Amino acid sequence: MKKLLAMLMAAALLLSCATVLADEEAITLKIAHIGPLTGAAAVYGNATSNGGKIAADEINAAGGKYRVEYTTYDDTHDAETSVNAYSKALDDGAQMILGTTTTSPCIAVSAEAYEDRVFMLTPSASSTAVTADKDNMYQVCFTDPAQGTASAEYIKQNGLPTKVAVIYNNADAYSTGIYQTFVDKAKELGLDVVSETTFTDSTKDFTVQVNDAKNAGAELVFLPIYYGPASMILQTAAQVEYKPVWFGVDGMDGILTIEGFDTSLAEGVLLLTPFSADAQDEKTKNFVATYQAQYGEIPNQFAADAYDGVYALVAAAEKAGVQNGATYADICDAMIAAMQEITVEGVTGTMTWSANGEVTKTPTAVIIQNGAYVGFNK
Amino acid sequence: MFFLSNLVNGLSLGSIYAIIALGYTMVYGIAKMLNFAHGDVIMVGAYVSFCAFQYWGLPPVVSILAAMVFCTVLGVVIEGTAYRPLRQATSLAVLITAIGMSYLLQNLALLIFKSDPKNYPAQIIGMPGISLFGGQLKISGVTLVTILANVVIMVLLTLFINRTKLGKAMRCVSEDRGAAELMGISVNRTISLTFAIGSALAAIAGVLLCSAYPIFDPYTGSMPGIKAFTAAVFGGIGSIPGAMVGGLLLGIIEILSRAYISTQLADAIVFAVLIVVLLVKPTGLLGKQIREKV
Repeated sequence: MKKLLAMLMAAALLLSCATVLADEEAITLKIAHIGPLTGAAAVYGNATSNGGKIAADEINAAGGKYRVEYTTYDDTHDAETSVNAYSKALDDGAQMILGTTTTSPCIAVSAEAYEDRVFMLTPSASSTAVTADKDNMYQVCFTDPAQGTASAEYIKQNGLPTKVAVIYNNADAYSTGIYQTFVDKAKELGLDVVSETTFTDSTKDFTVQVNDAKNAGAELVFLPIYYGPASMILQTAAQVEYKPVWFGVDGMDGILTIEGFDTSLAEGVLLLTPFSADAQDEKTKNFVATYQAQYGEIPNQFAADAYDGVYALVAAAEKAGVQNGATYADICDAMIAAMQEITVEGVTGTMTWSANGEVTKTPTAVIIQNGAYVGFNK
Repeated sequence: MFFLSNLVNGLSLGSIYAIIALGYTMVYGIAKMLNFAHGDVIMVGAYVSFCAFQYWGLPPVVSILAAMVFCTVLGVVIEGTAYRPLRQATSLAVLITAIGMSYLLQNLALLIFKSDPKNYPAQIIGMPGISLFGGQLKISGVTLVTILANVVIMVLLTLFINRTKLGKAMRCVSEDRGAAELMGISVNRTISLTFAIGSALAAIAGVLLCSAYPIFDPYTGSMPGIKAFTAAVFGGIGSIPGAMVGGLLLGIIEILSRAYISTQLADAIVFAVLIVVLLVKPTGLLGKQIREKV
């Protein structure tokens, strides 16, 4: 038995030597992706996991200077599980983290990563609390406040109705964050906010909120919320025959995938997103085609953010001159410096990063027409 | 008119709370335990009727019946496997088991149906709405059915409890379990029956809840469950008319305070009212005063 084991070990050693020889030039980056693959937020984690995988495969197939070893760890959208997944990833030799997908686990993990000096880039955790006071933490997506400001600017600049109602979830940091910056910017730009109503996660009945907006004569309703409650609001509005312009943010992405939902109700809904799956540029077309071929669905914004995230990590690693076998602590500071210098052209736009970890890119709006997202041009 | 339409909405939400509260109050009255898995049986009812209608193409009435049958069996099975072995255990152990059962149901649903929310088909309760006062007040078909169903269930349940032999057995077990057993009443069977009725009602509540507020996911039952439990305490836990009154009041207070006071404070007001009621009447509005002999 011992002999057999020894022989196996020797064979494995030879094999690994062989791979090293074949890839002599290439430098392997060990990227760990952490996100919820199971549980209530699995939709998001699977999207980021798949999107990042496609980017990694492309980079490996292209055969440039770097190869990517991409591993996904499940955190079930739970902060504690996420920290455990993070420790496991480091034990497995991860050099940098793409993650975590959702905000509250990301806040927990980024605090650990700051202590350990691990470079982190989250595809989709959009709260400012994620990056606050942590020099090693970067975002691919917009921050929540940036979405509110950008939405108000978009409404003003594109001649959309200026009599605005806001319905937001006051039990959710994401929603209140966007609401606050939206209202501040709206005041500054002279938008007329005529109705502000709230709900919580347990709210089932939206008649009061919808009627309030209707009675106040709002012509545009801003919904900085997730698609579940948004779809209830649309159904309630249909019942009371209220037809304003609906304007959502990235949380609205997914409204067309609800099983049994009458998508005609979402007709004309605008949402601000940096990624539109029907964009005609070469990059997006390729990405959407590959994603559809491998996973059988149209990629959402989360998948696109993770896809760009892997490219950004590789670009930063190249800039920082990461070598084979470098540990996470060796490369962290170089990665931080490199991240602020690179410009990445991805499927979610052309991105640059500031020292506080926030991304700069131009948002575009998409509108739902015939049950699909199309670019919105006024 | 604004007030009337809010009042109708409140009645509708309150009726759903009342139907759910009946399940809590009956089980508490008879088995002396809080069945926290009750809210999740509602969710199961919603999923079963959804599958029956959407995937298997059964007619609406059959779908609802299928949900009721499934939940009845589920309720009896839960009682038999999780609660019956703990009949002599401390109430804390039973409570924890109930919470565990609630998580089990949620996570099973999560495993089977995934976390993406689904939209409940409107055709299951395909009643046309009515329009009053020249179109100023619109009442949806679901609202009418909900309020009507609540009244019918209430009347039938009261008749059942007061006029039938099984109902009498339930009252006996509720009053004194030991004495009831001595009189030849099978306590286990009576408790099973209570769970069966409560779970069938939960299935109906699930159908009504999701017809009125159509987006649902594996966690849909938990919050209405807690609100309905509050309603049961509000009305006096263990009392059937109490559950009805508590549910209706809770729904109306919730909607009216959201409409007239603040959407932010609505839940706070609901629970503040509960605290005030319990301070003045510790047994709830219609609860019985129980004297403990020392």
